[in-house]
Amino acid sequence: MIVLVALGIIVGLGVLLFLWFIGIYNGLVRLKNAVKNAWSQIDVQLKRRHDLIPNLIETVKGYMTHERETLENITKARNLAANASGVGEQAKAEGQLNQALSSFFLVVENYPDLKANTNFLSLQEELTSTENKIGFARQAYNDAAMQFNNKIEMFPSNIVAGMFNFRQAEFFEIEDEAERAVPKVSFS
Amino acid sequence: MFELIRANKRRSVILVFVMLLVLLALGFLIGAAVVPSVGASRVDYRGDQASIQPGFAFDPTGGFLGMGVAFFIWMIQSAIAYFAGGRILLSISGAREIKKEDHPQLFNVVEEMTIAARLPKMPRVFLIDNMALNAFATGRSPDNAAVAVTAGLLGKLDRDQLQGVIAHEISHIVHRDVLFMTMVGIMLGTIVMISEVFLRSLWYSSATRRYRSSSRREGGGAQMILMVVAIVFAILAPIIAQLIYFAVSRRREYLADAGAAVYTRYPEGLAGALEVLARDNQPMENVSRATAPMYIVNPLNKMSAAGLMSTHPPLQDRIKVLRCIAGGVSYADYQTAWSKALGKKAGSIPASALASKERAPLRKPSGKSAKAARRRMREAGDLLRNVNDFLFLACVCGMRVKLPPDFKKDHVDCPRCKRTLQVPVAQLAAIGAIGDQLTGATASPAQGKEALTVTRHGREWMSFKCRCGAMKNLSPSFTADHTTCTQCGRSIQIVQG
Repeated sequence: MIVLVALGIIVGLGVLLFLWFIGIYNGLVRLKNAVKNAWSQIDVQLKRRHDLIPNLIETVKGYMTHERETLENITKARNLAANASGVGEQAKAEGQLNQALSSFFLVVENYPDLKANTNFLSLQEELTSTENKIGFARQAYNDAAMQFNNKIEMFPSNIVAGMFNFRQAEFFEIEDEAERAVPKVSFS
Repeated sequence: MFELIRANKRRSVILVFVMLLVLLALGFLIGAAVVPSVGASRVDYRGDQASIQPGFAFDPTGGFLGMGVAFFIWMIQSAIAYFAGGRILLSISGAREIKKEDHPQLFNVVEEMTIAARLPKMPRVFLIDNMALNAFATGRSPDNAAVAVTAGLLGKLDRDQLQGVIAHEISHIVHRDVLFMTMVGIMLGTIVMISEVFLRSLWYSSATRRYRSSSRREGGGAQMILMVVAIVFAILAPIIAQLIYFAVSRRREYLADAGAAVYTRYPEGLAGALEVLARDNQPMENVSRATAPMYIVNPLNKMSAAGLMSTHPPLQDRIKVLRCIAGGVSYADYQTAWSKALGKKAGSIPASALASKERAPLRKPSGKSAKAARRRMREAGDLLRNVNDFLFLACVCGMRVKLPPDFKKDHVDCPRCKRTLQVPVAQLAAIGAIGDQLTGATASPAQGKEALTVTRHGREWMSFKCRCGAMKNLSPSFTADHTTCTQCGRSIQIVQG
């Protein structure tokens, strides 16, 4: 009788433990999918930007015959970014593309004709918007990644994470050289 | 963010409850005061009983009846507001839904803010046919939300400012302000309506009632006291309800401003927009006191001071708070800026939002130029004309002549170079653009005319004369195998040779 009760308790505890285990595992999967979903949001915008750039080059080519180098830089950075894989590499490539684009838009100031071109203006608007969208989606992705990473590292979910080989999500941080650089101030 | 919504919900429930109590109390008092004196036989009998027995014998039947009626009126109005409120508001203000092609920038900005606020679905976008500067959001939940902006707003604000305004509206949607303000607004409306009906009917029927009560003296003193209490409450209740309503409305405006700063990470955008809005003095049409709290600035009385009876905080205060945000943006930063700018401690942000550690760095402004401002204004005007079915005619001199849909002639003089432009009547009739009004003008119908066949070589520019004498040009980008003459509507076949 006593043996039976003890056995029952042990089995009951085992079942409880198993259920708890499943709960943790499912929680981890849910967070992982949230990270994936947030990343796909960014990915859509990145793809859109990569698609816009050839159009941009095509539009400005006629106007900017003397800026071959700037345009080539953009194309190069764009191709690099389009072929990048993995969050970290992508972020680095996008940072370079950002830089190439911002130096391009500085040069545009010297071409009033181009600035009056409606096609160019709508492309510029689309590019600005996708850049903003990437920025806002990045915040959501990084929050999701942070939550997932916390769960992986914290006890007791770290045990389950270790057993099923959940790996930490990378943060998506675009290096912005322009923001880092110290502005030069001269009073002369 | 969810914490914030929950805190908002809790507070709303309390407020709705208080308003409901006021409403029910009003219904009860009016019912109790009115019913025995109406003169129904059953009540008269009870009234006699009361007069036989000395002292005060209170009969609550009338009171409960009044409560029931008040509750019923409120339920019906709420149901209408819940299921059709957004549509009603949009149609009252004369808003029209627009597509991405109509104004890509507005669409992009709404999309950006949808991402920033993490809404599940992008709200629909509406244009209000008005050159005043304003915007509002509707929809009981993020799934069926809509934002509406005036054409004037699109013309006057630059990209960052527009983003600030849209972020403010999206923030209203995220905080469920629209649903809440509609519901409380309806309750306020019901209270005002019931009191008004009661007081007016009292005014008109006072003569007969005085006669009746003096002749029969039923109920006597007790009824008299009840009547006085009901009158006093009927006067006070709308005022109490309005004070609650407006106080909450102002709080929510601050909260939406804070949300806008957090979403855009650029408080100066909204601050600049509010400044432009403050300078504008175009009157807004089709706005009632009920719809006023939905707008970003009070469309009825923009300059009112921080009165208890205003739906929006004064613009100067809102701008000051936004400009005081420094270092980074979060709800806590907004709160700090708020107390710094206004010198008050009371918070407009729920504590749960302040506890959140999310803090984003400020963003840089996007570039702007004076020339862009002119172009923007022109684009907004064109957009307005476009949704209103105007016809655009390009002149050789570069001028774009805009014709209203009820334009009845088949030619017009360019206002700049005085060239006579032909209105492509037949073509328009063919696509049914403005058709009906114009076909009757001078255009001869296309039917019964022999088709023209033209041989084209390659894909270069090509000019030829139609049988009616009009010149026709084909551009290199023209690839179709047929076209119609803009003058006579004759169909022209193009054969590659």
